Amino acid sequence: MKGPSKPPSPAKVSRSLSDYVYDPKTRGLVLQALVALLLVWFVGSIIENTIRNLEAQGIASGFDFLDNTAGFDISQTLIAYTNTMTYARAFLVGLLNTLLVAVVGIFLATIVGFGIGIARLSGNWLVATLASVYIETLRNIPPLLMLFAVYFGVLKTLPSPRDSLELPLSSYLNTRGLYFPAPIWGDGTWLFLLGLVAGLGGVVLLYFRARRKFILTGQAPSVAVPAAGLIIGLPLVAFVAAGSPLAFEYPVAGRFNLKGGLVVQPEFIALLAGLTLYTAAFIAEIVRSGILAVHKGQREAAAALGLHQGQIMRLVVIPQALRVIIPPLTNQYLNLTKNSSLAVAIGYPDLVSVFAGTVLNQTNQAVEVILITMSVYLLLSLLTSLFMNWFNARVALVER
Amino acid sequence: MAVNSEPRKGPPQRNSIGIAQWVQENLFGSVGNSILTLFGLSFSVWLVWSVVDWAILRAVFTGSDGSACRIEGAGACWPFVVHKFQLFMYGRYPVEEIWRVNLTYVLALAGLIPLMLPGIPGKLWLSIYMLVVFPVIAFFLLTGAEWFGLPNVETEKWGGLLVTLVVACVGIAASFPLGIILALARRSELPLIKWLAIFFIEFVRGVPLVTVLFFASVMLPLFLPENVTFDKLLRALIGVALFSAAYLAEVVRGGLQAIPRGQFEAADALGLGYPQKMGFIVLPQALKLVIPGIVNSFIALFKDTSLVLIIGVFDLLGIVQQGISSDAKWFSPQTAATGYVFAAFVFWLFCFGMSRYSAWLETRLDTGHKN
Repeated sequence: MKGPSKPPSPAKVSRSLSDYVYDPKTRGLVLQALVALLLVWFVGSIIENTIRNLEAQGIASGFDFLDNTAGFDISQTLIAYTNTMTYARAFLVGLLNTLLVAVVGIFLATIVGFGIGIARLSGNWLVATLASVYIETLRNIPPLLMLFAVYFGVLKTLPSPRDSLELPLSSYLNTRGLYFPAPIWGDGTWLFLLGLVAGLGGVVLLYFRARRKFILTGQAPSVAVPAAGLIIGLPLVAFVAAGSPLAFEYPVAGRFNLKGGLVVQPEFIALLAGLTLYTAAFIAEIVRSGILAVHKGQREAAAALGLHQGQIMRLVVIPQALRVIIPPLTNQYLNLTKNSSLAVAIGYPDLVSVFAGTVLNQTNQAVEVILITMSVYLLLSLLTSLFMNWFNARVALVER
Repeated sequence: MAVNSEPRKGPPQRNSIGIAQWVQENLFGSVGNSILTLFGLSFSVWLVWSVVDWAILRAVFTGSDGSACRIEGAGACWPFVVHKFQLFMYGRYPVEEIWRVNLTYVLALAGLIPLMLPGIPGKLWLSIYMLVVFPVIAFFLLTGAEWFGLPNVETEKWGGLLVTLVVACVGIAASFPLGIILALARRSELPLIKWLAIFFIEFVRGVPLVTVLFFASVMLPLFLPENVTFDKLLRALIGVALFSAAYLAEVVRGGLQAIPRGQFEAADALGLGYPQKMGFIVLPQALKLVIPGIVNSFIALFKDTSLVLIIGVFDLLGIVQQGISSDAKWFSPQTAATGYVFAAFVFWLFCFGMSRYSAWLETRLDTGHKN
């Protein structure tokens, strides 16, 4: 306290023991010291027990095991992997599989969730009711149950490879997964890619020019047609000019299985479907509350300015709703990423299933394996929330 | 229109309109709306029809094994659920001891229902019964007490809904006080305590429950002295409780932050100590504010109990899954779907019930201080 009535400095006053006992500062220090002692003892005894237990069971420690040969196969690999490679490589394969399902899942769940959230607010009673039935059903069922239902209840009851279901575009669906033609790029692909990049660059340029004109004059030139021309036409011309360097490898029915083409594993489909449908129900609720949080006057003002329903939504309501939506949406993205670890229950080779499952069983090095696995998820969570905080800050800045 | 002199109680009534006008306004307001309605209608009809067709019309209701369900075009295989009902509910709990589980349920309901319904006196005694007396009785009833003539039943034999409820209830009971302590610690002015709480909460919230369960299942045994061993169920319980406590702590912290400074200062001015300040002034207000969040955490915990099957504890989902995948006698194309629909329905019933209860409680406890 700084003022004329400053109390006499403590040094001049003699203090008895009871002063110390009732002094909040002293109490705090003593309490913290006690907690620190307890913590040291607790951690120390855990370490001691662990070392003794590991010795008794003859388990090695340290991270050297990462360089050992893995010796097991993984059913879905995004990078080259054989069973003669190291545990570190297997870890990487698992991590990439986790990231794949998380990224695709987040993308799909966002689309489905926004759709259902907006549908729930629809003026059409039937559509709104259907959306709320979806939300109330899926939110109250464990995600693991949904994974099982999709995997064992649907995908595993599909026909065997011999009588696969034929889908359009020479795709096949059977109990081993979804087969579709694999594109094979020939020589001259670079020309096509160049066309694509140039088209994209042109669209960006066009957008900024249109925006500048809008800010300067208030007239918004239509960019849709030239943009479509740039982004579709230019690559197409380049494609034809390069002599159509694209061929497809079609899946062919072999004796027991389909051969060739690209395969999406049923485990991946089940995990993706389960995570998407489950998370979408939560995202829908977030979107709904975000839109409801935008004041009614905003809509009315927009309508008074002569904007039509689509413009009101796109230009007025959604940008303001996003501010409310983004923080909880981040949580849902993190939840989806963490829930992707449920893969271990249906055998999709994600990080937990490959590393904390198979590698742990083979090496018995529980402490190291679990620590590595947990740190990866911690890091992922941290990165996602950092990114979303940055995005959130950008959206929030729009406010005047 | 007759004049109603009696003042009506309750919220103001909506303007009532005729059915035809309601349909016109809400379903066929414009061309786009009409198209949407027609789409929605055909989808709903298709959905309801497929469910009724599968669950009733084409379903198999009788049979002592899966052979009846194996015929072409059969729907749900209900005998699977009927025959395994006891397994799904109690796991492999000895049949002659099942009354003990049922008695535990009755004792729990006897305390819980009057506690949950407002207007029933003696809440304090009921709380003491539920928090102190009941857990002790339930523990001895379920695990056994030789000195009382109740044979021991190892937790290995527990399963099904029993395990789901035990994990959920113990998880809730343990994580609630733990979550409050963590939240208070995180708001503490003592740096060491604050940072310990932050570290614990953020660590647990950053990792999936599956890894926490793996941790509890393979690392906890290493942490303990050699002669101490843990039951598998207990390890799962520790994992679930720690996990849930971290989430609950954040919910409670939200409530603590919403309490105005004046309340803390007023408590200080009255000379209340820290426990009194928190226990009498701050927490009652803060917890009331975050009832929806707390119930959401409990619902999440209830759903998360299904994950214990990954470390080999058979809860409702685990035992249904086991019945589907490893019992050749019941194998049929629709067994899996039937089992999952049954399990989903049970989970849904509990979670939906909890969310309705919380919504109702929220309106009841609303003292009009919001906004």
